[in-house]
Amino acid sequence: MPQGEYLGMTLTVLDLDNENLAYFQHCADHDFHLQQCADPECALIRYPPGTACPWCSGREFNWVPVDARGTVHSYGEVHHAIQPAFRERAPYMILLVELDTQAGEPTEHEALRVAGNLVDADGNFAGPDLVKQVGIGSRMRMVFADVAEGLALPHWTLDDEAEQPETPWRYPQAVNGV
Amino acid sequence: MTDIDTTADKYLRDKYAIIGVGETTYTRGSGMTTRALGTWAIKNAMDDAGIPASEIDGMMSYSGNDSTASPMLAGDLGIRLNFYMDVQGGGSSSEALIGLAIGAIEAGMCETVVVFRSMNGFSQVRIGGTGARASVPVGGDALHSAAYGWFSAGQNFSPTFMRHMYDYGTTPEQVAMVKVIHSEHASNNPKAYYKQRVTVEDVVNSRMICKPLHLLDCCVETDNATALIVTSVDKAYDYRNTPARILGVAGRVCKPRIDMHFQHGPISTVAGHYIKDIIYRNAGVGPEDIQCTGAYDAFTFTSMLQLEDYGFCEKGEGGDYVSSGIMRLGGERPNNTSGGHLCEGYTHGMNMIIENVRQLRGEVDCYCPQDDNGKRIHSYNYAPPEEGGGCRQVPDLEITQNLGWAMPGTGSSLIMRKG
Repeated sequence: MPQGEYLGMTLTVLDLDNENLAYFQHCADHDFHLQQCADPECALIRYPPGTACPWCSGREFNWVPVDARGTVHSYGEVHHAIQPAFRERAPYMILLVELDTQAGEPTEHEALRVAGNLVDADGNFAGPDLVKQVGIGSRMRMVFADVAEGLALPHWTLDDEAEQPETPWRYPQAVNGV
Repeated sequence: MTDIDTTADKYLRDKYAIIGVGETTYTRGSGMTTRALGTWAIKNAMDDAGIPASEIDGMMSYSGNDSTASPMLAGDLGIRLNFYMDVQGGGSSSEALIGLAIGAIEAGMCETVVVFRSMNGFSQVRIGGTGARASVPVGGDALHSAAYGWFSAGQNFSPTFMRHMYDYGTTPEQVAMVKVIHSEHASNNPKAYYKQRVTVEDVVNSRMICKPLHLLDCCVETDNATALIVTSVDKAYDYRNTPARILGVAGRVCKPRIDMHFQHGPISTVAGHYIKDIIYRNAGVGPEDIQCTGAYDAFTFTSMLQLEDYGFCEKGEGGDYVSSGIMRLGGERPNNTSGGHLCEGYTHGMNMIIENVRQLRGEVDCYCPQDDNGKRIHSYNYAPPEEGGGCRQVPDLEITQNLGWAMPGTGSSLIMRKG
């Protein structure tokens, strides 16, 4: 049972939780995978990990490598943290990054929108200078925070190789300069 | 919109009513159990209706945190139950349980049902997951949320709210007007926990909790219990008050998925988008017929998003709607005339139904003078009490609607008319 301490929390993947076991093992290998419906007529990729296909109800699937790059679709920016270990990291960002893979499929407003915190290129929580550079439209790539054997969390950092928007959309009011 | 055959025996429009409502004081630090709070609210609802324990035989409740189950409260109050059901659920369960109460009565399982919610939501179990729950291991679905410091309601909903601002140019000042208006209503409500009127500047200058939510964009957390009594219209007129008749209900309607509704956009669309097709068909009215709304205000944004998706304005114009003055007492369609969750107290939606029941009776409590029987002689002057106002009764009210919110992906609704 993968289990480890992370920011003062105990993270656990239960033995019966086969979907999350596989998902986080791929993350621990720093090789992002998602489930793809095994029905060739569907073949849609899904997130978060689940037990059936949300589009065709098919129960069979395969884990497939997915290019973990995309665009910030929306975000929250926590200034008053609740969990104790997050307090010293505030303000921190909760990002929803829309992957390039399968964007706008199977319908216009559907996409794989993968959650994560904003971190620097080394996987450390972003400081205020980085937070204020990121908003809706920012181009991101995935990095992983190792937690335990078989368990790492996917996070997001600015994609240095991508063309960034001149001014990503950010909430109009700054708080302490952020 | 196509109507349905309301002459069918199975059709329930206008056949059920709420005959009694009651609550405890809204407080922080009740100093008693949810069992004691629950019996207090239910007894108040029984006294309100003038119904004895012997004529109640059903009870339902919901909780997502602390509560006491129906059979305990019924036993304490001498109510012998033919039916009870305690379910898990937070906001928007109130309307759903009223629908289920109608179903239980219709199925012949019981005749008159109490629905209650009892919670020490400030002093015992706070929604944000503080205290002992912060040290519980994070596993399963929470590995994709809580592990990111993405846990409380405000944190959870923030990307939805933020995307609305991006998509439609909604401003913090527009949304702040929800709090401003609800605070005006609360100032004329003797029971409200927060009675102070606030300004847009107060809201946008209050401490940032989680962008786009300032402290004053977030509801109050309180200890309280609330209760209401549902029965058939055949019996409803046997009791003390004019009943509030139920035109339609929609319960726990969901977006394609609720754990990550973000996968099925537009993410600034909420469950009301789906609810409107059920509730207005069931009730036989449309948003243009609704004179007073109870749009769940866990946050300023939740009222706005719902009013927009139910069709009270065009999609994307919620910011204009909530800042136009329509929602004020004295406006075209007042919202949350008690002050709602932002000001009166937090009860997972029950207090907004109680408020609309009293509004339909013409009997909301306020600072207007009372007659010899204790009934308020309403002035319809909505200025603060100290300026000679203090009223919050809506005149000539016929139809109200509650818009219950659980999360962006789930909601419920209830439409009532004057009995």
